[in-house]
Amino acid sequence: MANALRGEGRFLRVVPINDKGELILEEYEKLLSPKTRLVAVNHVSNALGTVNPIRKIIELAHQQGIPVLVDGAQAIPHTRVDVRELDCDFYAFSGHKVYGPTGIGVLYGKAALLESMPPFQGGGDMISSVTFEKTTYNKIPYKFEAGTPNIAGVIGLGAAIDYLKSIDIEAVAFYEHGLLEYATDAISAVPGVRLIGTAREKAAVVSFVLDGVHPHDVGTILDQEGIAIRAGHHCAQPVMDRFGVPATVRASLALYNTREEIDTLASGLHKVSEVFH
Amino acid sequence: MSDLRDLYQEVILDHTKRPRNFRKLAGANRSAKGHNPLCGDRVTVYLNVEGGVVQDISFEGSGCAISTASASMMTESLRGKTQAEAEALFERFHGLVTGKPDESPETPELGKLEAFSGVREYPVRIKCATLAWHTLRAALENKETPVSTE
Repeated sequence: MANALRGEGRFLRVVPINDKGELILEEYEKLLSPKTRLVAVNHVSNALGTVNPIRKIIELAHQQGIPVLVDGAQAIPHTRVDVRELDCDFYAFSGHKVYGPTGIGVLYGKAALLESMPPFQGGGDMISSVTFEKTTYNKIPYKFEAGTPNIAGVIGLGAAIDYLKSIDIEAVAFYEHGLLEYATDAISAVPGVRLIGTAREKAAVVSFVLDGVHPHDVGTILDQEGIAIRAGHHCAQPVMDRFGVPATVRASLALYNTREEIDTLASGLHKVSEVFH
Repeated sequence: MSDLRDLYQEVILDHTKRPRNFRKLAGANRSAKGHNPLCGDRVTVYLNVEGGVVQDISFEGSGCAISTASASMMTESLRGKTQAEAEALFERFHGLVTGKPDESPETPELGKLEAFSGVREYPVRIKCATLAWHTLRAALENKETPVSTE
């Protein structure tokens, strides 16, 4: 993002987080100014699990006429999202986080904003008429959908969304919250564990480090126990720097996980400690 | 499923906990940096090469157990080797960790480095084991751009 903005007289200003991994709203307010063109925020942090107060963030930005883009990839499968009620200007999420295919996603935008934006890509379907003098762009959303689309991906994503709509998302959120509490207790009980991301409002993500053992080694050993976690910086290196770790182990829990699996994860962590000590 | 002890052998764990030659090398005349951006492993290999022979070698960096132990054991195995011997060792080590899991590794003259034979069972960890070695090769060639095994 910083690179995309560079050289155009545009800057990236970053809202700091506290030791729990929560955005510091007072600092956010101070960063907003008449020069602010866009506020971009994730609904839920992929690295820490923090649920950001996006209503408040949107409200504060809108008081100064600033549009807000919300990355909801981590939120959509776990909570009810109503973009009109939130009044966000853009909301994005990806297919693979809603149990759908990779390489496909959704960008919601308010019609007036989308209509005012030029196409970012050229190709079939995005124009309505072309002469050498003038090209008239197609209406939204076609204006942004140049070329042959990812048809199979669209159909797969549609099926995934149908599935999500067929289940009671409030019940999912309740169940996942129970898993989160259970996992937080089980994982923090392992000697040498330090949780990274302890926000009051969290989605079912437990990110942590184990003293003296690199997350990739933890990942390999847990894999042998049949537990798939993510080890690494989660494409969030500045967050890793903020907490002074090169990487974390991250267990992302979802509606299909069970408490028994969390028990296996915890006993796997004891096994990691046995191997390394 | 293979035994974890095949991957995390005692000698590997020992080098992970107490890496040898883990320092900046005063008087190094060659060095190179290695970085695996996806996993975050970083290593710098320092060499002092005189008359085509690796007189001294050290490393610095941070990474997982496999990458740290690999760098540490590499430094131990290379001191006193000629540049050609170092290249040959690179090839043999590479063959050891990237071989097919079901074939028993042929590892002439690898000595202690044979401890890494378990890595071939874990394809995602191969890049951890080879990062220091690719960085070594870059240092021998005095390459300025950082190397990566991703």
